[in-house]
Amino acid sequence: MSDIALTTATAAPARRSRLSQSRLRSAWLFLTPMIVVLAVVAGWPLLRTIWFGFTDANLSDLSATQFIGLENYYSVYDGETYGLIVDPSWWNAVWNTIWFSAVSVSIETALGLIVALVLNANFRGRALVRAAVLIPWAIPTIVSAKMWGWMLHDQFGVLNDILMGIGLLSQPVAWTADPQTAMWAVVMVDVWKTTPFMALLILAGLQMLPADCYEAARVDGIHPVKVFFKVTLPLIRPAIMVAVIFRALDALRIFDLIYVLTSNSSDTMSMSVYARQQLVDFQEVGYGSAASTLLFLVIAALTIATITLGKVRLGGEMK
Amino acid sequence: MMRRSPLKTLGLYALVAAIVVFSVFPFYYAILSSFRSGSELFTVTYWPSSFDPSNYISVFAEQPFARNILNSVAVASVVVGLSLFLGVTAAYALARVSFRGRGVLLFTILSVSMFPQVAVLSGMFELIRLLGIYNSLPGLVLSNLILTLPFTVWVLTTFMRELPKELEEAAVVDGASSWVIVRHVFLPLMWPALVTTGLLAFIAAWNEFLFALTFTLSNDMRTVPVAIALITGASQHELPWGNIMAASVIVTVPLVVLVLIFQRKIVSGLTAGAVKG
Repeated sequence: MSDIALTTATAAPARRSRLSQSRLRSAWLFLTPMIVVLAVVAGWPLLRTIWFGFTDANLSDLSATQFIGLENYYSVYDGETYGLIVDPSWWNAVWNTIWFSAVSVSIETALGLIVALVLNANFRGRALVRAAVLIPWAIPTIVSAKMWGWMLHDQFGVLNDILMGIGLLSQPVAWTADPQTAMWAVVMVDVWKTTPFMALLILAGLQMLPADCYEAARVDGIHPVKVFFKVTLPLIRPAIMVAVIFRALDALRIFDLIYVLTSNSSDTMSMSVYARQQLVDFQEVGYGSAASTLLFLVIAALTIATITLGKVRLGGEMK
Repeated sequence: MMRRSPLKTLGLYALVAAIVVFSVFPFYYAILSSFRSGSELFTVTYWPSSFDPSNYISVFAEQPFARNILNSVAVASVVVGLSLFLGVTAAYALARVSFRGRGVLLFTILSVSMFPQVAVLSGMFELIRLLGIYNSLPGLVLSNLILTLPFTVWVLTTFMRELPKELEEAAVVDGASSWVIVRHVFLPLMWPALVTTGLLAFIAAWNEFLFALTFTLSNDMRTVPVAIALITGASQHELPWGNIMAASVIVTVPLVVLVLIFQRKIVSGLTAGAVKG
């Protein structure tokens, strides 16, 4: 949308008076500090990370770094292959991340939609409920990971107690340690933490819906379920898509929650956790940077695709 | 308004109750656990039965937790101040002045906010060591800017773009400089937006973990999330859960209070950042 506003602004008669010259100068003056800071904290470190990916850099002495080309990604020595793209633990991390993102974002979307619909209904104490829903979002990820770590404790955890109390479990489950359940434990905490965000974005979409089509549907006696699928869902689809994209980009880079809840366990290791383990714990800055670069490329590709597609869609909607 | 049948009303309230319990219970349970110590902590309970503040005392006694809180407050405040200052000036240029390359610049800023933090980790590590600010608060301020700055610029730009054009025209005719326009025309109107973005930036910096974990070494330089994540007991399998819960409650209560007070502003800020993205 911004770009449409932009073209009309620049297409306006470009009479370059002295006034607008000085405006332009001060605009750049205002922009420079921000651009410099972003270049220093984002641009430069990113370029260095990509560069390190082509070197044998080690954390103990970064000055002794040597260029080794693509060896961090792929190399062959005496018929043996090395490098990220033949490293099973890297692919395990990739698979974990994709599985986690797909499952958690799907559940969050479904739950977020339900919560948004409920919050959009009229009932007493709605403001209070909306405030309560924000609590998980406000709690720092680390804290929620610890809170849930305690609730999921295999011996003293309240979740086992509840599930055994209502007869769903016959014996305690070691949620975060058992390979069968560890990833589900991560998904559970993530769903708890981020469903509010999803719900709020969808709710914002719901509140912009025109009331008259509901009125018409009601007069015609159309079943509410049908109205939901035929009217509501198509109309709030853009809002849902934006929320899904934001959450998906966030889920793909997940680090904090997994690191705290299950540590460096390979059952739940995400791409970010893998990269940091190589970088810091194993001091393999070169190899870890190569992994970070791959993660960056995945997310960059997704972002660019999203923004380009989003622009096309938004442009199409503008009359 | 439509009248609902009693059955539907019951269903709605059941759903509402489920949502509230699901949202609040973990926090409630953490508060409950934080006031129980000794062997009592290791029995499950659902209602407050005792009030033992010893966890709250030991969390401060066993590690420099007060120092960690101060660190977090200092880092987050400076980060918010810097981001807002750089954000307002940049947003003025991006929203009110048309120039070549504006679209590209906005696009770049938006994509920086999508960066995975780990993608800049090794480069940032090198930079921080080069500047001699490893294991210090300035290092954390510097690295946190990557999280807060793009977002601040983006939200403030969308906000400033919506202000009417006539606002600055009079000032321009009077020959006011851009700096004067920003300070005296826009800033007074922008308080709501500044509070919202500042709050969101504060929460982002307060919660930041990866940089704080990687760029600090000693206990008294750590921020709260790292301190909580690294609380350990006598052995790895005997985590002092009471202390951890007490620390969690201490750092969460102010945030929850803030969020409840500024609920509406936060919601509008989040949706402005996302929907218009």
